[in-house]
Amino acid sequence: MKFMEPKVSFSEETLKLSEKIISHYPEGRQKSALIPILHLAQAEFGGWLSVEAMDYVAGLLKLKPIEIYEVATFYTMYNLKPTGKCVIEVCRTGPCWLMGAEKIIEHLEKKLGIKAGETTTDGKFTLKVTECLAACGNSPVIQIGEKYYVNMDVEKADNLIQNLNEGMRV
Amino acid sequence: MSIKILFENIDVDGIDSFEVYRKLGGYNSVEKALKNMSPEDIVEEVKKSGLRGRGGAGFPTGMKWSFIDKAPGKSHYLIYNADESEPGTFKDRHLMQYNPHLLIEGLILSCYAIRSNTSYIYIRGELMYVMRILEKAIEEAYANGFLGKNILGTDFSLDIYCHPGAAAYICGEETGLIESLEGKRGNPRLKPPFPALNGLFGFPTIINNVETLATVPWIINNGGEQYAKIGIGKSTGTKLISACGHINKPGVYEIELGLSVEEFIYSDEYCGGIKNGKKLKAVVAGGSSVPILPAELILKTAKGEPRLLSYESLSEGGFETGTMLGSGGFIVMDEDTSIVKNLLTFTRFYRHESCGQCSPCREGTAWMEKILNRIVEGKGNEKDIDLLMDIANNIEGNTICPLGDAAAWPVQSAIKHFRDEFLIKPEIV
Repeated sequence: MKFMEPKVSFSEETLKLSEKIISHYPEGRQKSALIPILHLAQAEFGGWLSVEAMDYVAGLLKLKPIEIYEVATFYTMYNLKPTGKCVIEVCRTGPCWLMGAEKIIEHLEKKLGIKAGETTTDGKFTLKVTECLAACGNSPVIQIGEKYYVNMDVEKADNLIQNLNEGMRV
Repeated sequence: MSIKILFENIDVDGIDSFEVYRKLGGYNSVEKALKNMSPEDIVEEVKKSGLRGRGGAGFPTGMKWSFIDKAPGKSHYLIYNADESEPGTFKDRHLMQYNPHLLIEGLILSCYAIRSNTSYIYIRGELMYVMRILEKAIEEAYANGFLGKNILGTDFSLDIYCHPGAAAYICGEETGLIESLEGKRGNPRLKPPFPALNGLFGFPTIINNVETLATVPWIINNGGEQYAKIGIGKSTGTKLISACGHINKPGVYEIELGLSVEEFIYSDEYCGGIKNGKKLKAVVAGGSSVPILPAELILKTAKGEPRLLSYESLSEGGFETGTMLGSGGFIVMDEDTSIVKNLLTFTRFYRHESCGQCSPCREGTAWMEKILNRIVEGKGNEKDIDLLMDIANNIEGNTICPLGDAAAWPVQSAIKHFRDEFLIKPEIV
């Protein structure tokens, strides 16, 4: 199989990490590393997976590009279009809904002037609704990056946005 | 206070470090097992304990292990299912986050029991921060000779790797998980062949839930018979129940199986009663997929006996008047809760998480969501309720994996127990 010269590529450090991940699986089973490596790719290439990024991963793992696309489109953690600098994910499933998640989502939509799934025009925030984050004892829950913000309400969500906004201004 | 097996040391400062964990007797079971017991002995003890899978299905763990193809020269894999995603369930995350070495200790014993030299912890992708805790604990276990080549100088070697998912409920299903671990979409496989014969990379594979394997060290230290003395009947031992919703003290509790539901909800040792002094309306006792029960049926069975937190008592009365222990995700709803709106969030969840392989599930969940939206907007009628029930009945049992059933049961049970609420106009809801 011939690949075109990739338009993007991993840093040396990420490349090393990828090799380590690939080594966790038996010889010839490097496809198993796909999901963890797509996480690396998303982090390295600006928070989303462009076709170029996916094609690069295909080359890295010696897979056909279609094998990457079908996985990237299946799992909801992969963003297939650019996102804002800060992706706010609000859980909306039963236990969070019971404790008022809907109000938080409505409030954030109003405050940010966007619908869930959209990005603010200044490119700062993307608002997403998400399904159960396994933290129902501290619902409602908001996830930003790797961090969980728990026992949220409208006021706390407000403060959170405020702080993030200020953080980004610096 | 009831007996604590999994939570015995969970509040000890620094228990997530190897040093503190070891000082409190951690990894003793590994020494005992590797030096004095054969793999068959371990399987035997676990069989004697009566331990049942804590992920939801409740299948006897020792029996599951005994199914593995023991043909020599074949790789065997043990996969730790840490893809906890069933709404209402957050017990495994708690355990992994606060007592990671307990999991690794359990994993070593279990791999030894099925003669597996490689194990993967499949953890849901949202829990990267928990994966880092596990990776640190694994590193410590390697450094102290409990993982790697020739553990404790025996001929048993074991490598453990963490593998993150990327947000897909379906990967909690055994064969969906295997597909995902092979770098594919998480579409469940047709069974047979079962993973114990043909699993990861085509090799014999056992998949166990986090809580299940974390119980094994206690069983090896104290004996299967001792474990079987805890609990009630065939529901032996303790179970983690993650309680949430309208209660005063949401959180994860380790209970001895057989505790009454009433005590669990109202006692200050557990949930501490309903929030704001409200009345209890309904409970989903075992994660979003199990049938919802109204207050009177969750507190007492249809026969009038107290309902207990055990596999048997919760399913007493079948799906007519009972439910399931499931994963132990205990969701409590007060008198002001709209059962239909809550159901809509569950149905939307299953529609979102359906892998799309089987048409009854792919199409059915979307139809049910559409109808429920109509009802919630106040535009539903009697026929819609019958149509919902009909769709649910046609999904149930007609799909490759249990996600179809999981989507059908909440709908069927909500209609069965709360039919009148489906036609309440929205201003009242």
